[in-house]
Amino acid sequence: MNWQAVKAIYRFEMSRSFRTLVQSIGAPVLTTSLYFVVFGSAIGSRMTQIGGIPYGAFIVPGLIMLSILTESVGNSSFGIYMPKWAGTIYELLSAPVSTPEILLGYVGAAASKSVMIGLIILATSTFFVPLQIQHPVWMVAFLLLTSVSFSLFGFMLGIWADSWEKLNVVPTLIVTPLTFLGGSFYSIDMLPPVWRTVTLFNPVVYLISGFRWSFYGLADVSLAVSLAFIGGFFLLCLAVISWMIRSGWRLKH
Amino acid sequence: MEPILSIRDLTKTYKGGHQALKSVSLDIRRGEIFALLGPNGAGKTTLIGITCGLVNPTSGTVLADGHDVVHDFRAARATIGLVPQELTTDAFETVWATVCFSRGLFGKQPDPALLERILRNLSLWEKKDSKIATLSGGMKRRVLIAKALSHEPRILFLDEPSAGVDVELRRDMWNVVRDLRDAGVTIILTTHYIEEAEEMADRIGVISRGELILVEEKASLMHKLGRKQLTLHLQDALHAIPQALEGYGLSLSPDGLSLVYSFENEGGRARITALLRQLNESGVAFRDLETSQSSLEEIFVSLVRGAA
Ligand SMILES: Nc1ncnc2c1ncn2[C@@H]1O[C@H](COP(=O)(O)OP(=O)(O)O)[C@@H](O)[C@H]1O
Ligand SMILES: [Mg+2]
Repeated sequence: MNWQAVKAIYRFEMSRSFRTLVQSIGAPVLTTSLYFVVFGSAIGSRMTQIGGIPYGAFIVPGLIMLSILTESVGNSSFGIYMPKWAGTIYELLSAPVSTPEILLGYVGAAASKSVMIGLIILATSTFFVPLQIQHPVWMVAFLLLTSVSFSLFGFMLGIWADSWEKLNVVPTLIVTPLTFLGGSFYSIDMLPPVWRTVTLFNPVVYLISGFRWSFYGLADVSLAVSLAFIGGFFLLCLAVISWMIRSGWRLKH
Repeated sequence: MEPILSIRDLTKTYKGGHQALKSVSLDIRRGEIFALLGPNGAGKTTLIGITCGLVNPTSGTVLADGHDVVHDFRAARATIGLVPQELTTDAFETVWATVCFSRGLFGKQPDPALLERILRNLSLWEKKDSKIATLSGGMKRRVLIAKALSHEPRILFLDEPSAGVDVELRRDMWNVVRDLRDAGVTIILTTHYIEEAEEMADRIGVISRGELILVEEKASLMHKLGRKQLTLHLQDALHAIPQALEGYGLSLSPDGLSLVYSFENEGGRARITALLRQLNESGVAFRDLETSQSSLEEIFVSLVRGAA
C-alpha cells in the first residue's frame, strides 16, 4: 500500500477545493439558506406539522442529503474527469498505485468535502429552525456512508464520461430529479397510494428516510431497509470501479 | 549483466484494428542512453505507453528491472520516470506543489532538498511558486522533466524531448541527462531528430511501422552503414572521366572541377590508394581532397525506405 500516494492525491484534491472555497462551500450553503427562507419560513409557516415536527425542521435532513448527493457526485466526477480530459492522468496511470490508493485519495477527498458541507449546512440550519438529533451516531454514519457511496458513484461517472456533456447529464437528468422526488420536502405518506409505490423505486427515498430517522426518529421506510440499500449501493459502486481501474476501461488504450 | 528493461514479443493492436507494434523485442542495458528513432506513427509512444502503464499490451511482456510491468506493476513503475510527448500539466498548481505531488504519488518520502536541486538544475527554482498556467511552453516542458525526476527513477523515458524546445532548454536538458547517466540512470529517448541521437545516444534502435528494424551501437552503426565520400578538387577542369578511372564509380561535378568517390566498407577504402595512383598516371592533378561521412540522417532515411 502506497500511503504517500494516498496523501498526495488527497492533498491535491483538497487544495483544488480550497482554491475555490467560495464556490465550493459558499454555493451550497447559500442555496440551502434560500430553501430555508422559501420553504421553511415563507411556505412552511402555512404548512401543518409533519409527524409532529414543524415543516422547517422536517426538511433539514432532506436538504442536507440533497446537497451531499449533488456535491459528492459533482466533485468526485470532476476530480477524475478533469485529468482525463487534460491528459495529466498519464502520471496517475504510470504511478505505482492501484484501486485502494486511487479511491482513498480521490473518493476520500470528495467525501470529506461533502461531509464538511453537510455539517456546515446543518450548522446553518440551526439559525432558521429548532433542531434535535435523536441518534447522533447514526446521523454521522448516514452522512459518511452517503458521502462515500455517492462519491464512488461520481468517480464511476467521471471515468465513464468522455465529454463534458455526458459528465453533466447524469447529475442534472437523474440525480437531481431523484433527490427532489425522494422526499426532501414531504413525507411519502402524503402522496396518493399509486405514487407512493412508484416512489419506493427511488433509491434516494431510503437515504433521506434513514437520515431523517436519525434526527426525529421518524421514517418512511424501516431503518434496516435504508441501511441495506445504501450498503448495497456502496458495494456495487466499489465492485464496478475496481473493475474499471483494473481493466483500464476508458482510462487506457 | 541482466538488462534493466527487457521487452519480449510485444504487440499492440489498437481498438480500431491498427497494429502499432509488431512483435518487438528489445533489451536495454543498465546505465545506457538508448535512442529510439523512427518517423511519426512508427510506434515509439505506444512502446513507452505499454512500459509505463498507459497502454494495455495486446501480447508480449515487458520487464522493468526484472518486474513484469503488468503483473508486478507496483515494483516496475516505482523504477520508471516518464516525460510525456504532450505538454500535459496542471494549470492551477504551483511548480513546487506539482513536483511534491509527483514524488508522493510514486511513494517516496518528502525530500525538499532533492526537489530544490532538481528545480535549480532545470532553471525552475525562481518559478517554484508560480502557477503552471502562467509558464511558457518551454518552462512547462521543464516542469514535466522535474516531475519525472522528482521520484528518482532508475529508468527515464523522454518521449520526443526536443519537439518544440528552444536551444537553452536543449542545453539544460542534455546537461541533466548527462548527470543522470553519470548517476547510473538508464535513459531511453525517442526522437525523429537524428542529431539528437547522434549527439547523445550510446545505442540506437530504429523503429518503423511497428517493427524494430535495427539495434546497434551508435559508433558501429555509423561505421557499418555510413557511406563515406572522397572528394577531389581538381587543378584543371575535366570534360569527362578518363577511361583508366572507370570502374571506380566516380562522379564528376558539372563544372568538371571535382571528382567524387563513394565507398562503403574496408574494401572500398583499400582501393583509394589504387585510385590515387591511377589519377597520377592519367595526369589528373588535384589541389585538395576531403572525406565526409554520411550522417545518421541519411542512414536512417535509407533504412526506413528499405523497410517500407
Ligand atoms: N489511442 C490510439 N488509438 C488508435 N490508434 C492509435 C492510438 N494511439 C496511437 N495510434 C496509432 O498507432 C500508431 C503508432 O502511434 P505512436 O506510438 O504514437 O507513434 P510515434 O510515437 O512513433 O509517432 C500510429 O499509427 C497511431 O495513429
Ligand atoms: Mg510519439
